[in-house]
Amino acid sequence: MKDWNFVFAGFGGQGILFAGKVTAYAGMMEDREVSWLPSYGPEMRGGTANCSVCLSSRPIGSPLVLEPNALVVMNNPSYDKFIDTVAPGGVAVIDSALVDRKTGREDITVRYVPATRLAQENGIAKLANLIMLGALWKATGFASAEALQAAIQKVVPPSKQELVELNWKAIRIGAGG
Amino acid sequence: MSERVLMKGNEAMAEAAIRAGCRHFFGYPITPQTEVAAYMSKKMPKIGGTYLQAESEIAAINMVLGAASAGVRAMTSSSSPGISLKTEGISYIAGSDLPCLIVNVERGGPGLGGIQPAQSDYWQATRALGHGDFHVLVFAPSTVQEVVDLVFLAYDLAEKYRMPALLLSDGLLGQMMEPVSFPDPVEKFAEKPWAANGHQNKRPHNIINSLYLKPDELERTVVERFARYAEIEAAEQRYQEYLCDDADYIIVAFGATSRVSQSAVDTLRAQGIKAGLLRPVTLWPFPKDAIRAHIPHVKSFLSVEMNMGQMVDDVRLAVEGKVPVEFFGRTGGVIPRPSEVVEAVMKVAGGDR
Repeated sequence: MKDWNFVFAGFGGQGILFAGKVTAYAGMMEDREVSWLPSYGPEMRGGTANCSVCLSSRPIGSPLVLEPNALVVMNNPSYDKFIDTVAPGGVAVIDSALVDRKTGREDITVRYVPATRLAQENGIAKLANLIMLGALWKATGFASAEALQAAIQKVVPPSKQELVELNWKAIRIGAGG
Repeated sequence: MSERVLMKGNEAMAEAAIRAGCRHFFGYPITPQTEVAAYMSKKMPKIGGTYLQAESEIAAINMVLGAASAGVRAMTSSSSPGISLKTEGISYIAGSDLPCLIVNVERGGPGLGGIQPAQSDYWQATRALGHGDFHVLVFAPSTVQEVVDLVFLAYDLAEKYRMPALLLSDGLLGQMMEPVSFPDPVEKFAEKPWAANGHQNKRPHNIINSLYLKPDELERTVVERFARYAEIEAAEQRYQEYLCDDADYIIVAFGATSRVSQSAVDTLRAQGIKAGLLRPVTLWPFPKDAIRAHIPHVKSFLSVEMNMGQMVDDVRLAVEGKVPVEFFGRTGGVIPRPSEVVEAVMKVAGGDR
C-alpha cells in the first residue's frame, strides 16, 4: 500500500484532530506504521489547529509532515499556510463552503467539497470533518472500507456508539455515496 | 501484552508507570507535559493510588523523596523549567540512595524559553541534575512504544542500583500518538530492606539521610556510590544501530532527532552515501563502547541534536580525537528537517571527496 503523509488543518472545534485520529486508526487496523502529531501551542477555540498523520509500510521517521502528499483544509488561514506545501502529484481537499480561494496549481489534484454546507443540509452539522475525510478517502483510497469502519468504531467512545452510524453517513456523503 | 491502541506519548507514559506499579505521583502542571499529570489524576483515585498536585515543583520532588524513602514506586514529571526547580530534591534523593522515576518532557530554553520540543537539557540531565558528585540513570525513548518499555526498565534499574532514573522525553514524543501495547502489570517487587516503612520492633530502624558532616565519611559514601556507577557504565550502556556496520558516516542522535536522522540515512543511502545511525537509548551511561567500536571504519561522526551541541561532547570524549566529530542542530523548539540532516552529512562528506 502507498505511504501517505497527511496534513489536516482548520479552526479549533471543527474536529480536525478527530479526522486525523480516524485516519491514523484506519492505518493501524491494517497493521501499518502510523503516527499522529498535533500542533500545540497557546491556541483556543476558533484559533487554527492542525495535525500531521503518517501511514507507512516502514517505521516512521519524522512524524512532522512538512510536504504532505494529501492535504485537508477547512479554513482560509490554513489554505494560505499549506496549499503550497503539497508535494507535486499530491491531493488537496478543500472545504469550499469556508475557503473562498481557488488554487492555480496544476501539479496537484484538487477537490472542492462544500463540506460544512453539506453537513448542515444533512442534519449532521458537527460532522463536516468526516465529510472531508470521506472526500479524502475517495480521492486517495488511503485504507480499505473495512479498516475505516473499524477505525470509527474505535475512535467513538463506547458511551456514544450511536454516533458510529452518523459518522459513517458523513463519510459516505463525502465519498459521494 | 495488551491490545495495540493509539495513544499520546504522555498518556502512554503515565499508563506504563501505573502498570509498573507506581501508585504515588506528585506533580505540577506545565506544557508540554500536562497530560501525564492529567492522566494520573483521573486514574490514580480509581486504583487506590495517590495523585497529588503539589504547591510547586520543589514540593513535588520532596514528596517523591518521602514516598521513595518508604520503598514505594514514586514518580514526578515536569518540563524543562520545572525540572530546574526539582534539582535540589533530586540531589537529595541521589544522596540518600533512593530509587524513583523523574520525567522531563523537554521544551526550549533557557529561562521560560518556549513550549515546542527541544533537547537542550542534555547537559543538565547527564552532568548536573543537582549539586554534588552524582549521576542519575538517563533514558531517551524515540517512539511511544519505547516510552512505555523504558518506564518499566527505568524503575527496575533505579531499584537495582538504588538511584533516581530520568526519562528524557520531549514535546514531540509527548504530544504525538502512535500505536502502543502495554506489558502486563508488575506484581512482584524487589525486596527493599533499606526502606523506612515501619520496623515493628523486628529490626533496627532504617535512616534515610544525605547529611554527612565528617569529610572522610562523606568521601567514603561518594566513593562507594561511584563504584556502583562504574558497574553501571560497564553493564547498562544501551543503544540501537541502523546501517552502521559498513558506514563511512555515522549520525549519533537520540529521541526525536534520531527519527529525523533515520529518514536522512535512507535518503543518503539512496544517493550512494554510506551513512548509518547510532541511537543512544541510555544517555547516562552513554554508549561510548558502541561508538568506539566503529572508529576503525568511519570517516567521521555527526551528532544531530535539538540544541546548540551538547551530546556532541560525549561523542568526542568517546572518540578521543581519533576521527572528526561534527555537529548539526536546531534549537529553540525547531525540529530539524530530514533534508537539513542530509545536507549536514553531505557537507561533512564533501570534505572527503
